[in-house]
Amino acid sequence: MSGIRVLVGCKRVIDYAVKIRVKPDKSGVVTDGVKHSMNPFDEIAVEEAVRLKEKKIVSEIVAVSCGPTQCQEVLRTAMAMGADRAIHVEVDPATYDHLQPLHVAKILSKVAQEEKVDLVLTGKQAIDDDANQTGQMIAALLDWPQATFASKVEKTNGELKVLREIDGGLETIKVRLPAVLTTDLRLNQPRYATLPNIMKAKKKPLVKKTPADYGVDVTPRQKVLKVEDPPVRQAGAKLASVEELVAKLRDAGLIPT
Amino acid sequence: MSNQALRFKVKQLYRTLLHLGRDYPKGAEYFRSRLHQAFMKNKDITDEKEIEMLIAKGQYIVKELEALYMLRKYRTLKKRYYDGNQ
Repeated sequence: MSGIRVLVGCKRVIDYAVKIRVKPDKSGVVTDGVKHSMNPFDEIAVEEAVRLKEKKIVSEIVAVSCGPTQCQEVLRTAMAMGADRAIHVEVDPATYDHLQPLHVAKILSKVAQEEKVDLVLTGKQAIDDDANQTGQMIAALLDWPQATFASKVEKTNGELKVLREIDGGLETIKVRLPAVLTTDLRLNQPRYATLPNIMKAKKKPLVKKTPADYGVDVTPRQKVLKVEDPPVRQAGAKLASVEELVAKLRDAGLIPT
Repeated sequence: MSNQALRFKVKQLYRTLLHLGRDYPKGAEYFRSRLHQAFMKNKDITDEKEIEMLIAKGQYIVKELEALYMLRKYRTLKKRYYDGNQ
Protein backbone atom coordinates (compact mmCIF):
# COMPACT_ATOMS: atom_id res chain seq x y z
CA MET A 1 0.00 0.00 0.00
CA SER A 2 1.34 3.39 -0.90
CA GLY A 3 1.57 6.08 1.75
CA ILE A 4 -1.18 8.50 2.61
CA ARG A 5 -1.45 11.94 1.10
CA VAL A 6 -1.58 14.95 3.36
CA LEU A 7 -2.91 18.45 2.90
CA VAL A 8 -1.44 21.02 5.28
CA GLY A 9 -3.09 24.38 5.83
CA CYS A 10 -0.66 27.25 6.45
CA LYS A 11 -1.88 30.68 7.41
CA ARG A 12 0.22 33.79 7.09
CA VAL A 13 -0.08 35.80 10.28
CA ILE A 14 1.67 38.69 11.98
CA ASP A 15 4.85 37.32 13.52
CA TYR A 16 4.45 36.12 17.10
CA ALA A 17 7.20 38.43 18.34
CA VAL A 18 5.65 41.62 16.94
CA LYS A 19 3.79 44.00 19.23
CA ILE A 20 0.27 44.26 17.79
CA ARG A 21 -1.12 47.75 17.25
CA VAL A 22 -4.80 48.49 16.73
CA LYS A 23 -5.77 50.91 13.95
CA PRO A 24 -7.01 54.26 15.31
CA ASP A 25 -10.44 53.78 13.67
CA LYS A 26 -10.82 50.41 15.48
CA SER A 27 -11.47 48.58 12.22
CA GLY A 28 -8.63 46.12 12.71
CA VAL A 29 -4.93 45.85 13.45
CA VAL A 30 -2.02 47.47 11.63
CA THR A 31 -0.57 45.01 9.11
CA ASP A 32 1.34 47.30 6.74
CA GLY A 33 5.10 47.08 7.11
CA VAL A 34 4.77 44.53 9.90
CA LYS A 35 6.75 41.32 9.87
CA HIS A 36 4.66 38.29 8.99
CA SER A 37 5.42 34.60 9.25
CA MET A 38 3.73 31.23 9.25
CA ASN A 39 1.25 30.62 12.05
CA PRO A 40 3.27 28.68 14.69
CA PHE A 41 0.56 26.04 15.08
CA ASP A 42 0.58 25.47 11.32
CA GLU A 43 4.36 25.12 11.51
CA ILE A 44 3.77 22.27 13.94
CA ALA A 45 1.33 20.75 11.44
CA VAL A 46 3.89 20.96 8.62
CA GLU A 47 6.54 19.44 10.88
CA GLU A 48 4.25 16.55 11.80
CA ALA A 49 3.50 15.86 8.13
CA VAL A 50 7.22 15.90 7.36
CA ARG A 51 7.99 13.54 10.24
CA LEU A 52 5.29 11.15 9.05
CA LYS A 53 6.86 11.31 5.62
CA GLU A 54 10.27 10.51 7.05
CA LYS A 55 8.69 7.46 8.68
CA LYS A 56 7.41 6.48 5.21
CA ILE A 57 3.78 6.69 6.34
CA VAL A 58 3.06 9.70 4.18
CA SER A 59 3.82 9.75 0.46
CA GLU A 60 3.07 13.34 -0.48
CA ILE A 61 2.60 16.61 1.37
CA VAL A 62 0.63 19.45 -0.23
CA ALA A 63 0.73 22.83 1.49
CA VAL A 64 -2.13 25.26 0.96
CA SER A 65 -2.64 28.88 1.94
CA CYS A 66 -5.44 31.37 1.30
CA GLY A 67 -4.64 35.04 1.12
CA PRO A 68 -2.75 37.79 -0.70
CA THR A 69 0.36 37.24 -2.84
CA GLN A 70 2.71 37.38 0.16
CA CYS A 71 1.27 34.06 1.32
CA GLN A 72 3.62 32.46 -1.16
CA GLU A 73 6.51 33.21 1.23
CA VAL A 74 4.76 31.11 3.86
CA LEU A 75 4.26 28.32 1.33
CA ARG A 76 7.96 28.50 0.42
CA THR A 77 8.79 28.08 4.08
CA ALA A 78 6.50 25.05 4.25
CA MET A 79 8.23 23.57 1.22
CA ALA A 80 11.63 24.37 2.70
CA MET A 81 10.57 22.38 5.76
CA GLY A 82 9.67 19.43 3.56
CA ALA A 83 6.31 19.86 1.81
CA ASP A 84 6.40 18.59 -1.78
CA ARG A 85 4.26 21.18 -3.48
CA ALA A 86 1.99 24.07 -2.72
CA ILE A 87 -1.33 25.58 -3.72
CA HIS A 88 -1.86 29.26 -3.27
CA VAL A 89 -5.51 30.31 -3.26
CA GLU A 90 -5.20 33.97 -4.07
CA VAL A 91 -7.56 36.34 -2.31
CA ASP A 92 -7.03 40.06 -2.83
CA PRO A 93 -6.14 42.05 0.31
CA ALA A 94 -9.51 43.87 0.50
CA THR A 95 -11.46 40.62 0.46
CA TYR A 96 -8.93 38.95 2.73
CA ASP A 97 -9.77 41.42 5.50
CA HIS A 98 -13.21 39.83 5.66
CA LEU A 99 -12.23 36.24 4.91
CA GLN A 100 -13.60 34.06 7.67
CA PRO A 101 -12.87 30.53 8.87
CA LEU A 102 -15.96 29.21 7.08
CA HIS A 103 -14.66 30.44 3.70
CA VAL A 104 -11.22 28.99 4.33
CA ALA A 105 -12.78 25.70 5.46
CA LYS A 106 -14.90 25.55 2.30
CA ILE A 107 -11.87 26.22 0.09
CA LEU A 108 -9.68 23.73 1.95
CA SER A 109 -12.30 20.99 1.86
CA LYS A 110 -12.68 21.49 -1.91
CA VAL A 111 -8.89 21.33 -2.29
CA ALA A 112 -8.82 18.17 -0.19
CA GLN A 113 -11.39 16.52 -2.45
CA GLU A 114 -9.69 17.65 -5.63
CA GLU A 115 -6.25 16.51 -4.51
CA LYS A 116 -7.69 13.25 -3.14
CA VAL A 117 -5.85 13.56 0.16
CA ASP A 118 -6.34 11.15 3.06
CA LEU A 119 -5.46 13.53 5.84
CA VAL A 120 -5.92 17.25 6.40
CA LEU A 121 -3.50 18.71 8.92
CA THR A 122 -3.84 22.24 10.27
CA GLY A 123 -2.86 24.16 13.34
CA LYS A 124 -5.54 24.22 16.02
CA GLN A 125 -5.88 27.97 15.66
CA ALA A 126 -4.15 30.96 14.15
CA ILE A 127 -2.43 33.37 16.49
CA ASP A 128 -4.06 36.39 14.86
CA ASP A 129 -7.83 35.78 15.12
CA ASP A 130 -7.64 32.80 17.52
CA ALA A 131 -10.82 31.46 15.96
CA ASN A 132 -10.07 27.74 16.40
CA GLN A 133 -12.75 26.85 13.83
CA THR A 134 -11.21 25.98 10.50
CA GLY A 135 -10.18 22.40 11.26
CA GLN A 136 -13.53 21.52 12.78
CA MET A 137 -15.42 23.12 9.91
CA ILE A 138 -13.39 21.21 7.31
CA ALA A 139 -14.23 17.96 9.09
CA ALA A 140 -17.91 18.86 9.10
CA LEU A 141 -17.97 19.91 5.45
CA LEU A 142 -16.19 16.75 4.32
CA ASP A 143 -18.04 14.59 6.84
CA TRP A 144 -14.70 13.13 7.95
CA PRO A 145 -13.75 12.21 11.51
CA GLN A 146 -11.72 14.85 13.35
CA ALA A 147 -8.96 14.68 15.92
CA THR A 148 -8.38 18.14 17.30
CA PHE A 149 -5.64 19.41 19.66
CA ALA A 150 -3.39 16.47 18.86
CA SER A 151 -0.31 16.10 21.01
CA LYS A 152 0.76 12.68 19.73
CA VAL A 153 -0.06 10.83 16.52
CA GLU A 154 0.55 7.17 15.76
CA LYS A 155 -0.44 5.15 12.74
CA THR A 156 -2.01 1.76 13.26
CA ASN A 157 -3.21 -0.04 10.12
CA GLY A 158 -5.65 2.26 8.36
CA GLU A 159 -6.31 4.20 11.53
CA LEU A 160 -4.65 6.97 13.47
CA LYS A 161 -4.25 6.79 17.21
CA VAL A 162 -4.28 10.35 18.47
CA LEU A 163 -3.58 11.68 21.92
CA ARG A 164 -5.65 14.84 22.44
CA GLU A 165 -5.15 17.64 24.90
CA ILE A 166 -8.40 18.28 26.72
CA ASP A 167 -9.28 20.26 29.82
CA GLY A 168 -7.34 18.85 32.74
CA GLY A 169 -5.90 15.84 30.95
CA LEU A 170 -5.33 13.77 27.86
CA GLU A 171 -7.68 11.70 25.74
CA THR A 172 -6.71 8.93 23.35
CA ILE A 173 -8.91 8.42 20.33
CA LYS A 174 -8.77 6.38 17.16
CA VAL A 175 -9.86 7.89 13.86
CA ARG A 176 -10.28 6.12 10.56
CA LEU A 177 -8.76 7.75 7.49
CA PRO A 178 -9.59 10.02 5.76
CA ALA A 179 -9.57 12.40 8.70
CA VAL A 180 -8.92 15.96 9.79
CA LEU A 181 -6.27 16.60 12.42
CA THR A 182 -5.45 19.84 14.20
CA THR A 183 -2.22 20.24 16.12
CA ASP A 184 -1.55 21.44 19.62
CA LEU A 185 1.63 23.09 20.86
CA ARG A 186 3.23 20.00 22.35
CA LEU A 187 2.97 17.75 19.31
CA ASN A 188 6.52 18.41 18.11
CA GLN A 189 9.27 20.98 17.73
CA PRO A 190 9.25 22.41 14.22
CA ARG A 191 12.56 22.48 12.39
CA TYR A 192 14.07 25.71 11.13
CA ALA A 193 13.74 26.41 7.42
CA THR A 194 17.43 26.73 6.52
CA LEU A 195 18.72 28.98 3.77
CA PRO A 196 19.77 26.19 1.37
CA ASN A 197 16.38 24.53 1.83
CA ILE A 198 14.55 27.77 1.09
CA MET A 199 16.60 28.05 -2.11
CA LYS A 200 15.72 24.49 -3.06
CA ALA A 201 12.06 25.16 -2.25
CA LYS A 202 11.97 27.80 -4.98
CA LYS A 203 12.18 24.96 -7.50
CA LYS A 204 9.22 23.09 -6.03
CA PRO A 205 5.89 23.57 -7.84
CA LEU A 206 3.46 26.21 -6.60
CA VAL A 207 0.04 26.41 -8.23
CA LYS A 208 -2.05 29.58 -8.10
CA LYS A 209 -5.81 29.30 -7.75
CA THR A 210 -8.70 31.54 -6.82
CA PRO A 211 -11.71 30.86 -4.58
CA ALA A 212 -13.85 30.96 -7.76
CA ASP A 213 -11.91 27.95 -9.12
CA TYR A 214 -13.32 25.97 -6.23
CA GLY A 215 -16.76 27.55 -6.51
CA VAL A 216 -16.56 29.17 -3.11
CA ASP A 217 -18.40 32.40 -2.43
CA VAL A 218 -16.27 34.60 -0.18
CA THR A 219 -18.74 37.33 0.69
CA PRO A 220 -18.54 37.91 4.44
CA ARG A 221 -21.12 36.34 6.72
CA GLN A 222 -20.14 38.39 9.73
CA LYS A 223 -19.23 41.99 10.24
CA VAL A 224 -16.42 43.13 12.51
CA LEU A 225 -17.89 45.97 14.58
CA LYS A 226 -14.73 47.05 16.34
CA VAL A 227 -11.31 45.88 17.40
CA GLU A 228 -9.94 47.16 20.68
CA ASP A 229 -6.77 46.86 22.71
CA PRO A 230 -7.02 44.63 25.77
CA PRO A 231 -7.46 46.64 28.97
CA VAL A 232 -4.21 48.00 30.37
CA ARG A 233 -3.29 46.76 33.81
CA GLN A 234 -3.87 49.42 36.49
CA ALA A 235 -0.74 50.66 38.16
CA GLY A 236 -0.25 49.61 41.77
CA ALA A 237 0.42 51.96 44.68
CA LYS A 238 2.93 51.84 47.51
CA LEU A 239 1.50 52.30 51.00
CA ALA A 240 3.44 53.53 53.98
CA SER A 241 1.71 51.72 56.81
CA VAL A 242 -0.53 48.79 57.71
CA GLU A 243 -3.36 51.17 58.72
CA GLU A 244 -3.44 52.63 55.23
CA LEU A 245 -3.60 49.13 53.74
CA VAL A 246 -6.45 48.14 56.02
CA ALA A 247 -8.32 51.33 55.15
CA LYS A 248 -7.84 50.74 51.43
CA LEU A 249 -8.98 47.13 51.69
CA ARG A 250 -12.03 48.22 53.66
CA ASP A 251 -12.85 50.83 51.02
CA ALA A 252 -12.65 48.16 48.36
CA GLY A 253 -14.99 46.00 50.41
CA LEU A 254 -12.44 43.19 50.65
CA ILE A 255 -12.55 42.93 54.46
CA PRO A 256 -15.58 43.30 56.75
CA THR A 257 -16.01 46.72 58.31
CA MET B 1 41.32 20.64 1.65
CA SER B 2 42.02 23.26 -0.95
CA ASN B 3 41.97 26.94 -0.28
CA GLN B 4 39.09 27.46 -2.68
CA ALA B 5 36.84 24.93 -0.96
CA LEU B 6 37.54 26.45 2.44
CA ARG B 7 36.75 29.89 1.14
CA PHE B 8 33.40 28.63 -0.12
CA LYS B 9 32.63 27.04 3.23
CA VAL B 10 33.38 30.25 5.10
CA LYS B 11 31.19 32.27 2.75
CA GLN B 12 28.37 29.81 3.10
CA LEU B 13 28.61 29.94 6.88
CA TYR B 14 28.48 33.73 6.76
CA ARG B 15 25.41 33.60 4.54
CA THR B 16 23.67 31.10 6.80
CA LEU B 17 24.36 33.21 9.86
CA LEU B 18 23.24 36.37 8.11
CA HIS B 19 19.98 34.65 7.22
CA LEU B 20 19.47 33.48 10.80
CA GLY B 21 20.23 36.97 12.05
CA ARG B 22 17.06 38.32 10.49
CA ASP B 23 15.05 36.79 13.33
CA TYR B 24 17.43 37.87 16.08
CA PRO B 25 15.54 39.39 19.04
CA LYS B 26 17.80 42.42 19.22
CA GLY B 27 17.35 43.18 15.54
CA ALA B 28 18.99 42.17 12.29
CA GLU B 29 21.33 45.16 12.16
CA TYR B 30 22.72 44.44 15.63
CA PHE B 31 23.39 40.88 14.63
CA ARG B 32 24.89 41.76 11.27
CA SER B 33 27.43 44.19 12.72
CA ARG B 34 28.53 41.63 15.35
CA LEU B 35 28.74 38.93 12.74
CA HIS B 36 30.83 41.10 10.46
CA GLN B 37 33.17 41.97 13.33
CA ALA B 38 33.59 38.32 14.27
CA PHE B 39 34.52 37.34 10.73
CA MET B 40 36.80 40.33 10.19
CA LYS B 41 38.67 39.54 13.40
CA ASN B 42 39.85 36.27 11.86
CA LYS B 43 40.43 37.44 8.33
CA ASP B 44 44.22 37.09 8.47
CA ILE B 45 44.24 33.49 9.61
CA THR B 46 45.83 31.27 7.00
CA ASP B 47 46.34 28.01 8.86
CA GLU B 48 43.88 25.51 7.38
CA LYS B 49 43.38 23.59 10.62
CA GLU B 50 42.56 26.76 12.47
CA ILE B 51 40.07 27.84 9.80
CA GLU B 52 38.38 24.45 9.99
CA MET B 53 38.07 24.87 13.74
CA LEU B 54 36.52 28.29 13.38
CA ILE B 55 34.02 26.97 10.83
CA ALA B 56 33.04 24.25 13.28
CA LYS B 57 32.55 26.92 15.92
CA GLY B 58 30.35 28.87 13.52
CA GLN B 59 28.27 25.80 12.80
CA TYR B 60 27.82 25.30 16.52
CA ILE B 61 26.51 28.86 16.78
CA VAL B 62 24.07 28.15 13.94
CA LYS B 63 22.67 25.22 15.92
CA GLU B 64 22.47 27.27 19.09
CA LEU B 65 20.60 30.06 17.32
CA GLU B 66 18.06 27.66 15.83
CA ALA B 67 17.48 26.19 19.28
CA LEU B 68 17.16 29.67 20.77
CA TYR B 69 14.49 30.72 18.27
CA MET B 70 12.53 27.52 18.71
CA LEU B 71 12.55 27.81 22.47
CA ARG B 72 11.63 31.48 22.37
CA LYS B 73 8.64 30.78 20.13
CA TYR B 74 7.53 27.82 22.24
CA ARG B 75 7.75 29.78 25.47
CA THR B 76 5.90 32.79 24.09
CA LEU B 77 3.05 30.61 22.87
CA LYS B 78 2.94 28.63 26.07
CA LYS B 79 2.72 31.79 28.09
CA ARG B 80 0.05 33.20 25.82
CA TYR B 81 -2.24 30.19 25.51
CA TYR B 82 -1.68 27.90 28.47
CA ASP B 83 -1.94 28.38 32.21
CA GLY B 84 1.29 29.24 33.93
CA ASN B 85 1.01 26.39 36.43
CA GLN B 86 1.21 23.53 33.93
